[in-house]
Amino acid sequence: MISEQVYAPFSLCNKKILVTGASSGIGRAVAIECSKNGATVILTARDKARLEQTYNSLTAGDHASYCADLTDESEVQSLAGQVPQVDGIVHCAGIMETLLFQFVKKEQLQQIMEVNFLSPVLLTQHLLEQKKLRKNSSIVFISSIAGVTCSGIGNSMYSASKGAINGIIKGMALDLAPKNIRVNSVIPGMIETGFFKEGLISESQVAEDKNRYPLKRYGKPEEVAFAAIYLLSDAAGWVTGSNLLIDGGYTLL
Amino acid sequence: MELNDFIKDFADQFDETDFSEFAAETKFRELEEWSSLTGLALLNMIKAKYKIHVTAEQLLKISTIGELFNFIQQ
Repeated sequence: MISEQVYAPFSLCNKKILVTGASSGIGRAVAIECSKNGATVILTARDKARLEQTYNSLTAGDHASYCADLTDESEVQSLAGQVPQVDGIVHCAGIMETLLFQFVKKEQLQQIMEVNFLSPVLLTQHLLEQKKLRKNSSIVFISSIAGVTCSGIGNSMYSASKGAINGIIKGMALDLAPKNIRVNSVIPGMIETGFFKEGLISESQVAEDKNRYPLKRYGKPEEVAFAAIYLLSDAAGWVTGSNLLIDGGYTLL
Repeated sequence: MELNDFIKDFADQFDETDFSEFAAETKFRELEEWSSLTGLALLNMIKAKYKIHVTAEQLLKISTIGELFNFIQQ
């Protein structure tokens, strides 16, 4: 047990952290790692059964979970009403679709913008409106190198959604600075999360892609979680409006 | 779904190759213009137009336009 008296600037002891998209991938890893670092975690996701799996993997504590579809604004509003006051949010819910630009249609673009951009932004707004973010809170968006430093084949819609996050965090960081609420993002390269499960990229193409990374592998969900933990912690007390790059050296080349 | 319509949709994913080169027995990977990007374009086109999800691994096992047509018809 980490005690308050111990020198631990990266600890999340005495912090309540809301994690979205907590039923799988990066969201699950963030929730678990936050709990291991002493946080009380509030989980949310759409899939009740998988959300429960994450909940059961947390280190013991006074955690809570709420099943919600964040693309439904009435559910967002009700979630914001139900959750207790928090010291941080990590927005992990997200989708990706590999679609060449010439096939992009309004419906698909709207869907990805809704899940990756509108939902996390509006959830934050509702939490602020309902006074659920304590002073000194830290808001973390799991964004991407795509749309911020580069993009990928068939990745234009996803890049747009993450580029939009990149823009809004800067404005949010300015507007929320008087409350001492910090707003940052983590911009990872490709993470092993089953994002390629749609099957449009073959195994050999994935292997080739991994080989483009100077560190010769994709990232692990935990490695993104550690970055989020830094941004949530008091160690990052003077960090706002920034993108923390975690990409195995991918964007160096 | 007609084979001839499918061949036309298939050919639409190419910019340089003459339409006369596209037939049921065409081994598409042997076309000079073929690339992995064309492969992705085909998968996206099949999903958009025929509402069928073909994976990259499934496509790898197929060599002619006719075989691909038969595969998505099943």
